[in-house]
Amino acid sequence: MKNKYSVFSLIKNALSQHENWQQAWGNPEPKKEYDAIIVGGGGHGLATAYYLAKKHNLKNIAVLEKGWIGGGNTGRNTTIIRSNYLWDASAGLYDHALKLWENLSQELNYNVMFSQRGVMNLAHNLQDVRDLKRRTHANRLNGIDAVWLNTEQVKKFCPIINTSPDIRYPVLGGTLQRRAGTARHDAVAWGYARGASDMGVDIIQNCEVKGIKRNGDKVEGLETTKGFIKTNKIGVVAAGHSSVIANMAGLKLPLESKPLQALVSEPVKPIIDTVVMSNAVHAYVSQSDKGELVIGAGTDSYVSYTQRGSHNIVEETLKAILELYPIFSRMKMLRQWGGIVDICPDASPIISKTNIKGLYFNCGWGTGGFKATPGSGDLFAHTIANDEPHKLNAAFNLNRFVSGDLVDEHGAAAVAH
Amino acid sequence: MFLINCPFCGERDQSEFSSGGEAHIVRPKQPTELSDDEWAEYLFMRKNIKGIQFERWNHVHGCRKWFNVVRDTSNDKILSVYKMGEKPPVNYK
Repeated sequence: MKNKYSVFSLIKNALSQHENWQQAWGNPEPKKEYDAIIVGGGGHGLATAYYLAKKHNLKNIAVLEKGWIGGGNTGRNTTIIRSNYLWDASAGLYDHALKLWENLSQELNYNVMFSQRGVMNLAHNLQDVRDLKRRTHANRLNGIDAVWLNTEQVKKFCPIINTSPDIRYPVLGGTLQRRAGTARHDAVAWGYARGASDMGVDIIQNCEVKGIKRNGDKVEGLETTKGFIKTNKIGVVAAGHSSVIANMAGLKLPLESKPLQALVSEPVKPIIDTVVMSNAVHAYVSQSDKGELVIGAGTDSYVSYTQRGSHNIVEETLKAILELYPIFSRMKMLRQWGGIVDICPDASPIISKTNIKGLYFNCGWGTGGFKATPGSGDLFAHTIANDEPHKLNAAFNLNRFVSGDLVDEHGAAAVAH
Repeated sequence: MFLINCPFCGERDQSEFSSGGEAHIVRPKQPTELSDDEWAEYLFMRKNIKGIQFERWNHVHGCRKWFNVVRDTSNDKILSVYKMGEKPPVNYK
């Protein structure tokens, strides 16, 4: 690490009025040719480049970002991290990511503010109770911590929840994963960018991909707004715009892109020290370190690339929030925004080769990709470097939509990730 | 959030409608003859266009009838509405 961050560097820079901090990552012009190019400078893309350079010894790599790094869904999500998924394949994938999160600040020498404050999922009807209990058993068989809480235990864990039996969707219990939590989303992108840049990865911002050049069944390079760049390995991590890039290569993906919204309130004193999610009423809430309530809403039901989303979706979420947390009734919401999420029919991601040689896709994370950032980057880097999936992402291939071997997480993850 | 001009009821709020996704995906005539690849194409693969998309909508909280819409997914502007079975307008491609 060229400029290691430490208490000593902090003191040293304080003495010079913090005017001599160096840029955390470079701002190069693209070279003519790279060994591998990652399309998309969000958390997943930057993590992919980082692990390609670190673990697979590929140094001549570029990350192309059409805007600025972390300006897409990385900076728009509600920062929830958990791994309590139902199926074995998902449990393996998301818990791999969670284990990397636990050491990420040290790994990157960058404080990603990972906070294992726990994530609680509420049950509001008997089917929820059965499903969530089944999920805790499945989690524990996979070595993932999970406990079932009854209504009194839910109330004790998070006292501001309205557990009255008279509300429209009463709280009948919930599950808790204590190792789960949140992290600072921008810091993840910045930390990976810094780490990758340090190992020689070119991070090229304001560079939009306009076309993929193919020679028969293999890729030869990318047409971009900064000219043609030659490469024979392209890893696409473009989230909501994955289909747009796929169409450039004449490929169709099993994805639909939809706006997903979130909002934050005015900052207040600490009131909720965990993350509470409810799939049935579609509301989830946590509190940022600045004191804002961070609230996740649902997706619109139609394909759209508008990055805003409909007002009625926010209204429904806030109704549910108010019933569960009457104490928030006079809170003012400060900001609302949307991001475009690419949703797979089975609500599981795709980390896969394609039938075009040298073209790889990491997409379909839908409404819950942030939590997987380190694991996704690690496994995608492995897939690109070896032209073979790692055993943890083998199930998340594109061919599962042909074979029928889907990883159906709709039941376990529902809409809220 | 936008208004949709239902060909049967007139202009209504989008929240009254349910989206049926991409239009003009023809149901296979002989399903038993289909290969796995063709099934995957029919069931799962979508153009997911950023730009002008032909799609189906159902006025689920109104007349409950299905119809087709041409919409620009980059700004949610509706360009044309036409009934089921009608040929898609040719001036959008």
